[in-house]
Amino acid sequence: MTENTHVIKSGKEKKSFGAWASDNSMWVILIGLIVIMCIATLIKGGAFFLTYTNISNIFQSEVGPGLLAMGVMFVIISKGIDLSMGSVVSLASVISGAFAQDVAYSARIFKSGLVVHGFIALIIGLAVGCIVGLINGSLVAYTKIHPFIATLGTMSAGRGFALLFTQGNPVSQLNKDFTQFGATNYLGGKLHSNVLIFILIALIAWFILNQTRFGRNIYAIGGNQEAARVAGVKVEKNLVAIYAWCGTMCGLAAVLTAGRTGSANPTLGLNWELDGIAAATIGGISQNGGVGKVSGCIAGILILGILKSALIYLGVSSYYQEIVKGIIIVVAVVLDNRKMMGKQA
Amino acid sequence: MGEYVLEMLNVSKAFPGVQALDGVTLRVRPGSVHALMGENGAGKSTLMKCLIGINSMDEGTIILRGEEVNFPDTITALNSGVSMIHQELNPIPLRSISDNLWVGREPRKGKFVLDKKKMYEDSKALLAQVGMDDDPEVLVGTLTVAKQQMIEIAKAVSYDADVIIMDEPTSSLTDSETDKLFEIIRRLRDEGKAIIYISHKMDEIFEICDEATVFRDGKYVGTDFIKNLTTESLIKMMVGRELDAMFPKIDCEIGEPILKVENLSSPGWFADVSFELHRGEILGFAGLVGAGRTEVMETIFGMREKSGGSIYKDGEELDITCPSDAIDNKIGMLTEDRRKTGIVPVSSVLDNISIANIKSYVGPAHVLNHKKMSEEAAEYGSKLSIKTPTWKTPIASLSGGNQQKVLVARWLLTDPDVLIVDEPTRGIDVGAKSEIHSIITNLAAEGKGIIMISSEMPEVMGMADRIIVMHEGRMTGIVDRKDFTQEHIMELAALPTEKVR
Ligand SMILES: Nc1ncnc2c1ncn2[C@@H]1O[C@H](COP(=O)(O)OP(=O)(O)OP(=O)(O)O)[C@@H](O)[C@H]1O
Ligand SMILES: [Mg+2]
Repeated sequence: MTENTHVIKSGKEKKSFGAWASDNSMWVILIGLIVIMCIATLIKGGAFFLTYTNISNIFQSEVGPGLLAMGVMFVIISKGIDLSMGSVVSLASVISGAFAQDVAYSARIFKSGLVVHGFIALIIGLAVGCIVGLINGSLVAYTKIHPFIATLGTMSAGRGFALLFTQGNPVSQLNKDFTQFGATNYLGGKLHSNVLIFILIALIAWFILNQTRFGRNIYAIGGNQEAARVAGVKVEKNLVAIYAWCGTMCGLAAVLTAGRTGSANPTLGLNWELDGIAAATIGGISQNGGVGKVSGCIAGILILGILKSALIYLGVSSYYQEIVKGIIIVVAVVLDNRKMMGKQA
Repeated sequence: MGEYVLEMLNVSKAFPGVQALDGVTLRVRPGSVHALMGENGAGKSTLMKCLIGINSMDEGTIILRGEEVNFPDTITALNSGVSMIHQELNPIPLRSISDNLWVGREPRKGKFVLDKKKMYEDSKALLAQVGMDDDPEVLVGTLTVAKQQMIEIAKAVSYDADVIIMDEPTSSLTDSETDKLFEIIRRLRDEGKAIIYISHKMDEIFEICDEATVFRDGKYVGTDFIKNLTTESLIKMMVGRELDAMFPKIDCEIGEPILKVENLSSPGWFADVSFELHRGEILGFAGLVGAGRTEVMETIFGMREKSGGSIYKDGEELDITCPSDAIDNKIGMLTEDRRKTGIVPVSSVLDNISIANIKSYVGPAHVLNHKKMSEEAAEYGSKLSIKTPTWKTPIASLSGGNQQKVLVARWLLTDPDVLIVDEPTRGIDVGAKSEIHSIITNLAAEGKGIIMISSEMPEVMGMADRIIVMHEGRMTGIVDRKDFTQEHIMELAALPTEKVR
């Protein structure tokens, strides 16, 4: 070979800021958004936007959709989609809630009668999510139905079951054992348990994706399913596990949200799947499969959360929120694609 | 128009981390076949993509029929009479042959309505030109890679272009189809068309080409008429040094049987395939396209369901239902279709090398040992001199031959007892080819069993200890190394099964 036939660099060379920005367009958007919001609030003469209480509130209100994004991220990397997430949230919340009602309070409409310890109820919530996930995964893996269709089916059926189970009534008066998981404050109200749980989940997600064989398999399946199979990846089993993870995250989001608000509701989680998918998408997780990072996904969640609360803070009508959200989703994906195309041309 | 129909002058093109082309020049005469030569990653495909507008060049001039051009996209290039057969096939698998042939320029009645009848007739005529008699209504995805390639060729020819680029058109063809292609090329040449021909197969270059231009590492090395060149001098221009012998076969001791296949069958594909593979042996499989060699191997490896027969390894019967079972039994397989069942395009070179062996890196608590993984992957990567900017680069941006080397590294890393290689040197340059051959021979010398399918006769004959010949799904003979002659093997490959044994 000639002297420089194989140029091998460590891959750790110093990158310019431009290169970093184009690789992490969502963080650029996030920072830009924060700056704009700060300026806007100052001009409007309101209080400074970037206060601890504000940020902490944003985090708290985004835990539900955020967990969904952490779940669906795995699915999207594997080149799938999960539309059933919002329905799973409602189903998991009413079933776990039914086991955690405060029997002493008799004015409630929905009466289950059976009460278990709050922790068991929480596990039941996760289990419900996991089971629906297993169903989704099995449908996708073994019947080869397109994930869009399979989860469209469970989306509809899941919500139906939740409504049937409660006859459309809220499951209220959840007991203390149950609610404490999502609503404990530490450091004198400065740190909330659900935010803590979210951070823990993000770490676990990062760990799975980067440090385990399962994680590597998810990327390979999304990148080229047939090639992954030939290289020894058990595609079907992995798919089932991927959807089960996503379902479990929905279950977790359900019990935390129900716990925080003190009641479960069959209409809980309506359209949350779209927020979760939007956050993941803004975070650079491509529907083409095979790529995506936890850090990007978190940026996506924060972008949506900050946008929402900042617009409320500025007193902008919630109708505008949806419009701005739509624009941001498209802009983020365009920026991400441009990066890919830049490498081609 | 001057002496040349196409001139590409001082073309440069950089990708992040690589200078793919550095001021190269290519001048092509009408009515001639011009070979574009160079090692994997030399920049051949990139130059052609700059010509037809897939890549944009950073610098340089393109002069077509005396006029300066710079095509923004392939459609403009096609309309100006430049068509290309791509190195990587891009069929639309779930559409018919005729849909694939005429996509984007379907014959119409009036403005909107498709002229289905004309489409069908034209497709039939076009297929006949390339020696195919398949029904144009057949879905392309059901055809063999070789047939898909012939369709690409038919398509490129049908544009009636003045300059036709063929980027490794024969890498998945067998001799008979290659002959057909050469017939077409000669006809086009006599009609005054210019053909730019890229191939790593030396004998083809000397058979069909009139002139050759050589690149090395993105730089222009030289241009000369083929009649002034020899294989040695051409290789020297490409790699910059003399090359060791091709097919460096080590004669090693053939040990006890390691893999035994009995009466393996799969209706519609092949029937009653039985053979034994010994330790230290390289067992070649020869046959025409459609002989069922690939299907037999895919069945052994668990990619297809078998309907009958048994497979034994070291005397024990195996129950293989999916590739991961085969890998667990220390069988590896380098598949034929790199894009479909080989690479994970968006993943890094490193991930692509380590994927089949990833279970060896699972440490305590399911944590992957990244350090060991990247060290071993990089070791095999360097052994095969894979040319990549970094190990983290997505494999899709490597040149075709380098992608193939990554896949070879992947299977070497799993340290299999039995390695099945299906067209292992497809698209690999001469230097790397002899490297891969010596790796395969060394594996055999270490006491492993190797099964090798190759459509290149000299390759199987040079490497194998025995060759099993197949014809239309049946074995038609087993030939020992001492009896190898091209004629004998070809005869068996074309033989109707009744006559055998
Ligand atoms: N889209 C791309 N992004 C980044 N690098 C690229 C891209 N396409 C090609 N390259 C790089 O440019 C160089 C030249 O590649 P090219 O495909 O032209 O080689 P080639 O001569 O056709 O080789 P082969 O014989 O293997 O097909 C290689 O180093 C390759 O990695
Ligand atoms: Mg090439």
